[in-house]
Amino acid sequence: MSPAAAVKVIGAYDSPFSHRAEAALRLKGVPYELVLEDLRNKSDLLLTHNPIHKKVPVLLHGDRAVCESLLIVEYVDEAFDGPALLPADPHDRAMARFWARFIEDKCSKPFWLAMWTDGEAQKGYMKEIKESFALLEAQLEGKKFFGGDTIGLVDLAACGFARWLGVCEEITGVSLVTEEELPRLKRWAVEYAADEKVGACLPDRALLLEHFSAKKEMFAAMAKSMLPK
Amino acid sequence: MAGEKNDDGLVLLGFWVSPFAQRCRIALAEKGLPYKYVEEDLFGGKSDLLLRSNPVHKKIPVLLHHGKPVNESLVILQYLDDAFPETPSLLPADPHARAHARFWADYIDKKVTDCGSRLWKLKGEPHRQARAEMIEILRTLEAELGEKKFFGGEHGFGFVDAAFAPSTAWFLTYERYGEFSVAEVAPRLAACAARCGERESVAESIYSPEKVYDFIGELRKKLGIQ
Repeated sequence: MSPAAAVKVIGAYDSPFSHRAEAALRLKGVPYELVLEDLRNKSDLLLTHNPIHKKVPVLLHGDRAVCESLLIVEYVDEAFDGPALLPADPHDRAMARFWARFIEDKCSKPFWLAMWTDGEAQKGYMKEIKESFALLEAQLEGKKFFGGDTIGLVDLAACGFARWLGVCEEITGVSLVTEEELPRLKRWAVEYAADEKVGACLPDRALLLEHFSAKKEMFAAMAKSMLPK
Repeated sequence: MAGEKNDDGLVLLGFWVSPFAQRCRIALAEKGLPYKYVEEDLFGGKSDLLLRSNPVHKKIPVLLHHGKPVNESLVILQYLDDAFPETPSLLPADPHARAHARFWADYIDKKVTDCGSRLWKLKGEPHRQARAEMIEILRTLEAELGEKKFFGGEHGFGFVDAAFAPSTAWFLTYERYGEFSVAEVAPRLAACAARCGERESVAESIYSPEKVYDFIGELRKKLGIQ
């Protein structure tokens, strides 16, 4: 596919996954059109191009579709010129893929459960997620971003910390990332949000707070349904 | 495999029946890369080397290359492509084809083993659900495979096939616990599984379906499942 072919992102405003796709394109300097989905009423466009998972984001490059946010980031890295989103060294690349998957597979669910459940179960998830966050904190030692001096795959995977985590903490009163315990993660969040390329496609904080506050009960119910039976 | 002197500094920590470890063995064989294989005793106690090399998950497979660890089977497969560009690549060259391959390897990774475990572990309604899910997964893979000889299509046996092939040894187990036939539910997939099994890299890396079935029988006893 010629890099010049039209690029679209089928996304959703509040979605960190959707953000990753946009951020990758912006980092590469690739112009794109954002098509916003109403997730309660999914479009034919989305369902045609992601029939397996039916989720956002989907990247459309000409007539080609790419699904799954982290796969979209790798695709953008390989299909377009511009600053590299993954390191050049094979072992460093493997580490980047490992940590991106760690954030995706091991952090997403416990984070959600730590935020939106209560009682003994919540305490367990808080302990679990804080242990995972400590591992990520260690990865930031001596580095501005997970990718080093520039934003890369792992930073995009971690984008939740830059806006969504703070909003959830404010709504629930649950504190997961503090200056005392995780100073590097805290600083990373500020640096990420301040970056002119990726910061520009983060959802507005006040608006996100408003949207998520309205969905409190729904999130709590979602979390309850995710608990092991 | 070849002695340590000629093994390019490659060591694979695995467990004999693990499909995740077997993917790595298949990949190494497809690339003609000699390596030292170390069998971990997952029931007896994980080795210090494993715990040091994969402190986050403490799981096999782990690939060590001149002592540096790489974890997660699909990450290992991509590492082998990146680190040994002179060998036959598992992923195709085109970025979209690569994304497509990663998507389907991921699908197999997340769906097959997990659903399969529920099939041989659970009873009643959860078992019925797992059975329905497994049939759906097989039909989905059947549709993706289409008329292709392998999932890699024009590229030949590739990334998705290496991810898929070890699961084929588990089909017999899934069939017996699920009471269905893969050949009936997904005939082209069953044919592809047979073709994979004929490939030298796969034949040398996986164990017979009956051995897998016996292993699961023993494991169920250990777990106290009737």
